[in-house]
Order: sequence, then C-alpha cells, then structure tokens
Amino acid sequence: MDDSAVIESRPEVIDGLRRLLPARALLVAAEDTRPYECDGLTLIRQRPMAVALPETEAQVVAILKLCHAHQVPVVPRGAGTGLAGSALPHAGGVLLSLAKFNRILGVDRRGRTATVQPGVRNLAISEAAAPFGLYYAPDPSSQIACTIGGNVAENSGGVHCLKYGLTLHNVLRVRGYTSAGEPVEFGSLAPDAAGLDLLALVIGSEGMLALTTEVTVRLVPRPTVARCLMASFADVGDAGDAVAALIAAGIIPAGLEMMDQAATRLVEPFAKAGYDLEAAAVLLCESDGTVDEVEAEIAHMSQVLRDARATRLQVSTSEAERLTFWAGRKNAFPAAGRAAPAYYCTDGTIPRKHIGQMLKSIQAMEQRFGLACPNVFHAGDGNLHPLVLFDDSDPDSVARAEAFGAEILEESVRLGGTVTGEHGVGVEKLNQMCSQFDRATLDAFLGVKRAFDPAGTLNPGKVIPSLHRCAEYGRQRVTGGAVSFPDLPRF
Amino acid sequence: MQTTLAPAFQNRPDAQEAAALLRSCVHCGFCSATCPTYQILGDELDGPRGRLYLMKQVLEGDRPTAKTRLHLDRCLTCRACETTCPSGVQYGRVLDTGRQLVNEQLPRPLLSGLVRRLLAVWLTGPLFAPAVAMGRLLRVLPAAQAAGVVPHRLHARRMLLLAGCVQPALSPNINAATLRVFDALGITLQVAPDAGCCGAIRHHLDDHDGALSEARRNIDAWWPAVEAGAEAIVLNASGCGTMLHEYGHLLRHDAAYAAKAARISALVRDVAEVLPALVGQLAPRLRERQPQRVVFHPPCSLQHGQKIRGAVESMLTTLGAEVLPFADAHLCCGSAGTYSLLQPQLSRELRDRKLAALGAPRPEVILSANIGCLTHLAGGTPLPVQHWIEWLDAQLA
Repeated sequence: MDDSAVIESRPEVIDGLRRLLPARALLVAAEDTRPYECDGLTLIRQRPMAVALPETEAQVVAILKLCHAHQVPVVPRGAGTGLAGSALPHAGGVLLSLAKFNRILGVDRRGRTATVQPGVRNLAISEAAAPFGLYYAPDPSSQIACTIGGNVAENSGGVHCLKYGLTLHNVLRVRGYTSAGEPVEFGSLAPDAAGLDLLALVIGSEGMLALTTEVTVRLVPRPTVARCLMASFADVGDAGDAVAALIAAGIIPAGLEMMDQAATRLVEPFAKAGYDLEAAAVLLCESDGTVDEVEAEIAHMSQVLRDARATRLQVSTSEAERLTFWAGRKNAFPAAGRAAPAYYCTDGTIPRKHIGQMLKSIQAMEQRFGLACPNVFHAGDGNLHPLVLFDDSDPDSVARAEAFGAEILEESVRLGGTVTGEHGVGVEKLNQMCSQFDRATLDAFLGVKRAFDPAGTLNPGKVIPSLHRCAEYGRQRVTGGAVSFPDLPRF
Repeated sequence: MQTTLAPAFQNRPDAQEAAALLRSCVHCGFCSATCPTYQILGDELDGPRGRLYLMKQVLEGDRPTAKTRLHLDRCLTCRACETTCPSGVQYGRVLDTGRQLVNEQLPRPLLSGLVRRLLAVWLTGPLFAPAVAMGRLLRVLPAAQAAGVVPHRLHARRMLLLAGCVQPALSPNINAATLRVFDALGITLQVAPDAGCCGAIRHHLDDHDGALSEARRNIDAWWPAVEAGAEAIVLNASGCGTMLHEYGHLLRHDAAYAAKAARISALVRDVAEVLPALVGQLAPRLRERQPQRVVFHPPCSLQHGQKIRGAVESMLTTLGAEVLPFADAHLCCGSAGTYSLLQPQLSRELRDRKLAALGAPRPEVILSANIGCLTHLAGGTPLPVQHWIEWLDAQLA
C-alpha cells in the first residue's frame, strides 16, 4: 500500500494528529517516514502511517486517546537501537517517538536513585550520577545510544548484569499510560510494593502493556577500582569450560565475556584493544571493588583460568587500558559492518555448561549455510550473540542468514535454554516462540496483554505469535524452507 | 545498508562512491548519541542515521523535497558521528555527495542560493579584511589583539604555513604567534603569497567547482617550495587542515593534479601534530608563574575531522597549564564554518550549551584551535578566548 492510500484510509486520524502536534512533530510523507521503517533489526521493515514526535506528556496522552478511539495501533520508539524489531512500525499505525523526552529529572544522591524521562540514554544516566560517585549498572553494548525507555521495554542486560542484575533488578518505578491514555504507575521507591509485582511484568513487556513516560532507577556506588583480566584459549571448548569453572569456584565477576577468534579479528581494527588474535577464544573477566578485593579476586581468577588451560593472561594496568579491553566487545555488532554489508545477531541463551558444544554446532552451521559467524557473548550468563555475516543485496544470502539465526535459536531451546536473553522477541523471534512455549502458555500471555490493553492497539503483533503463525512455522520447518515473513520487504 | 542506484546515477562516480560507503552502515544508531542536532531536535531525520537514509532515498531515485534538504543543511559536518561509528562509515563524504545531488535535482530558491554565493565571495575575497577593519573602527566589532613583532630569521628547517583567509583579518595575532613559536624552535615558516582560502568555505556553500579551483591555486602556490624540500604544510586553523587533507580525494579524478594533491594532503600537519615533539625545548624559556586554569575546546575539525585527540591537552599540561576537564568535549560548539550564519538558532543553542560546559570548571581562559570556534565562542562569553598557540606564545619570555 503506498502512503497516499494509507492516509486516505485514516484521514480523520492524520487530521486529529495535525491538530494535536506542531508541524515539526508529525511526519506523514513517505520521504520523512521511511527513515523510521526499522530499528536496529534491518531485515524487517515497515513504513508507518505516521511518525509522531511529541514534546509534552499531554501530547503523548492525547495521541494515545486519539489512536485508541480510532483503533489505530501505536508503536513506541526510543533510540531505535533494538535488535529484535520491537519498534517495527505498523503499516496502519502511528510510530510514537519518545526521543524528545530526554531530560534527567533528578538524581537523589542520598537515596541513590535517578528519575529520568524515557528518552534519556543509558550512558547519560551514569554520566549524570558520576559526580556523586554513583552509576547505573546495566550496560547494554549500545549504552551510548539506547534509551532507558527501551531498556525497560526489553529488560536489557549488559556486561555487568552477571553481578549487578538486569534492568529488572535496577529499576524501582515506572510511570506511564495505558493504550487508552489512562495513567499507570508500577513499583515504588520502597524496596517492595504491596500486591502483585506488576513492575516485574511491565519490564520486558516490549511496549505491549503500557507506554513509559518516566523511570526511577537504582544507582550503585562506583567501585574504588575495576580491572579486567584477558585470558586466551587455544580451543573454544576450553574457554567455555573455563567460564563454568569460574562460576563453580564461587566467583561472580563484574563481567565475564567471550569473543572467538573471528570476533577479535573483526573488532581489532576499530578497537585497537590488543586482543590476542592467535587465540581461538578470548575471555574478558572483570573484577571490581576495593583495591584489596580486586587484587585477591584477580589472583583467584588467574589461578582458575590457568587450571582451565588458558594460554595467556593479561591484566589491565590502568583505567584507560580496561576501557580499551572492553571497547572491542562493546562495538562488536556494528563493527561487523567492516566485514560484511549486513549482520544478523540473535541472543539465544543456554546453560553455561553447553557453551563449548554450542560453539561447535555454530561452526558446523557456518559450513552448512555458507556464511561466517563470529561469536561474542555474555559468557557468564550463557547469553550468545552470534553475528551471522551476510550480503543484504543477495536474496539467497539473506534467506540463509535468517535460517542460520533461526537454527541457532532452535538449538538454544534444544540445549535447555531460551530464544532471547536480553534483546527481546519483537517480531524477530515470533516463530521461535512457537518452539519455546506451548499454545496454552502463549494464550496466557495474550490474556495478560488483553488485561492491560483490551483494544489491542499498543504495539500489536509483537512478542506473542498467533496460532496461525505457529501452524505456518511448524509446516515450514517440516519442509525445510525457513524464510520468515516472506510478505515483508527486505533491506 | 544496500543502496540500489537509480538509473540516472549508475554511471556517476560520486553516486557510486556514496552507495559503496553506505554499504558499511548497519543502522545501529550509535551515531545519534553524539550528534549535536539530534540532541537538540530529537528527530532521527536530524541525526546521521536518518540523514543517511534520506540520502539513500535520493540515490535510489526518490525526488527529494525541501524537507530533505533542510535536514541535510542542518548537519554541522562536525563528523562526531564518524568518531562514534564502529562500522567506519565515512558519513562526511556521503553527505557531500548527498547535498550535491539534492541541489542538482532541486535548485535552491533564488534568495538562499544568492546568500550562499555572496557569502563565499565575501568571506574569501579582498573586501573582507577592510570591512573587518572598518567594523572595528566603528566599534561594531571588538578590537583584535595586536599581532606584535613577526620574526624574519631564516633557519635550516623550513615548513609552509597557510595564512588563511578570514583568520588574518579577524585575529592577526594567531599567525604572528605561530611564527614566533616556530622561530623559537628554529623553524622558519614560509607563507606562499599566492596561496589563499583552503576552499572549505566554498565547499560547504555548494560551490564545489570553486573549491576545487582554490585547491589547485594553493597547490600551484606551494609546489615550488614542496619540490625544494619543505618538510610540511603547517596549519593553525584545524578547519582548513581538514579541507587540505581532502585535496587528494577531491582531485583524484583530475589527471593534472591528482598526484600533486595527494602529496599536498600527505604533507599537512596541524600545529598540534608538529609541536608535541618539540615543546620540551621551550622549557627554559617559559615564564615562571602560577599555573593558569584553562579549558581547551577541541574543534570538531581537529578531533573528528583530523582525529587528533588529546595532543593539545597534554602539551598544555607539559607547559604548566592546569587543563580542566569539562562535559561533552566531543560536541560541536555550533560554529561549523558558515553554519553560524546560515542556521543561527541551532548554532546559538549549541554555543550556549558549549559555553556552559566550558565555564563550569571556572577556567581563567578558554583555548581552542580553529578561528571559527574562537570567534563564535568569544561572542558569548566575557572570558578571554584564545588560540592555544597564542597562549603558548605569551608564556615565552
């Protein structure tokens, strides 16, 4: 459907939006809306009927009410860095950007909290808290750009989540609106709230239950010192075993990440981190705390890693060097742009003991699908981030990449894991949700969605697959053709 | 990001290059985080990722409207996005082509085109300096610091210095201070009389042919000295340095100039690249006094365009200054060449934010490295604003 047809179909909605918003805050023409047709997942794209860029909370409420009254879908969007298409626009819907809500409302030094608008960048919270010796612990690799609203929607993780928890464990309160524009508030500044823990339900709900307009996060004291230990391994299986050995030894590193050789070679030109490019895999193990604690923990970790057949150990000697060690890991995804025109990253999560086995399976898949797949991942959580490299100008390459990604997720489920550790389901993993959950469970998810959004206008079609889709996916897997969403345009 | 060139562009080298550069963009959105205009406006169309998408549409054959042009015009070309981009997208080059294609398909309205042409002629022409002098006489413009005595000693080590176009009129002391500092280090800086504006002003005002003519004129002016063994072409305006680094690329299809242009680009050195190895020699000549509290605003053309980061700050520390850290040093001050004249609102907002950040640690002086930033910042603060080499010159006994 071209855009004129969409607009003609809902002129009353567009007219209504024009009355609510200044001209600069409403995009309708294809020229202006196409750049919003996808988020960080570029494989799947859809131009929205309109993009709204409200500047006040009153405008947000008015947009929600207008759309609710006309049964028009509303898709919330932050910085558009999501990797699962949770912010994929709806063809007949309004993409509601919260980018202009980028103010830090307050940092409470004594209460160790920060209250911020949803469009505030993850890293900006830590920067604002830095003068008080505090920071916000969850640190997704996209933390320079991703917003707290998106973090709440996806229950984002990050390098430091092994020790400090996910978004869920670091958010105290979320205020927002339902699809009907009714105000809602979840959680409180108290350690626990009476009644059902709806805050936990809303965090990670991918914008399906409520639209977030304000978040209060927990801040933690910046450790006196942090150091990073980089360990090389001659075999990926050894590296996987070393991760399990560290955890078994009772150590909870502040970060525990793995990169395989293909990944270190991919990011080194940008990061210049001094990674051991000859190693089959590199582990990054962070220790933070007081000087004595860190010294003891680094010694303990070194011993465990040596026993686990590490071939080389290097400890960061300065804060600058520590950040350099992490720079490559944090920029690994986009750095894939240096090696291939496009990449497809999934985030299946498996029990730690199966890491070595999983990497070997992925190597076999590289041969079968004819595509390279460097691996970086949150090893401590068993949270994989395989980067399937492909050529998006070649439809066959695109199809193989999607099939490759899907198979890794299926393998994750087979190994007793889950299809997403932190990026969310969005539209990307709708099919694999059919493998992960039975129909009764999916129907229960739909029941929760309806309880918050009976009209089904808030980010519809995400996360929970329809019965029809699961039936289709089952058939596809039987016949072996694995192109998902054949009806959608390709990037 | 895959771009399928429209038939009209398939044989154009600039469009082919832009499409090839777009291939390395994976749409991660990291660039938005450090884009000054996105921070203010909050619309992805006013950030690098959205602008790349708008230009991709043009390359694929969609006819742009004035809206696309507005979003491209609002770009400061600060290239902070290039520093942030993990995929190495050369955004600045895509933007050059994107702007050109948009203007070809949608000529600028008469008045705005005229303003740009007049600005180019005016700023780089012979009337600018007398006009500035007149402005000072009438007290419309603040007085400039006097240039002082310029050394004329001939040393064995010789380098070329680009005198620049607007800088000598606006701030004559910068070149004079540069000559004195280099003289103290035993290096003679030669100014080629026929060299003039580096071409950046015309380049950013849509006059690409005019910019190339200026590049060729400068190359001709410097060539005898280059052949005679000049070690480097030294610049004390980082904006011009960024432009000179592009000569090789801009003239790569010009058979007569391609090789010379590449050689010139390879010889370009900002003063911040030449001096760190030499300032130690100045230690005996430094005046003894209390360390001065300074902030250094690194121009985008220095830190993003030429990727020279930290050199000036550590040199100033070596020379006894207390260099104070401040927030968001990676962000543009809003000067951006003629941007301050063409996009005054955004420019002013960025300047005010920058001055607030620079002033927070309570410095005694603001230092920078590009005439555009210096003039722009000085217009909004009572604090003294200087090129760091002027500050260094003043430390010498």
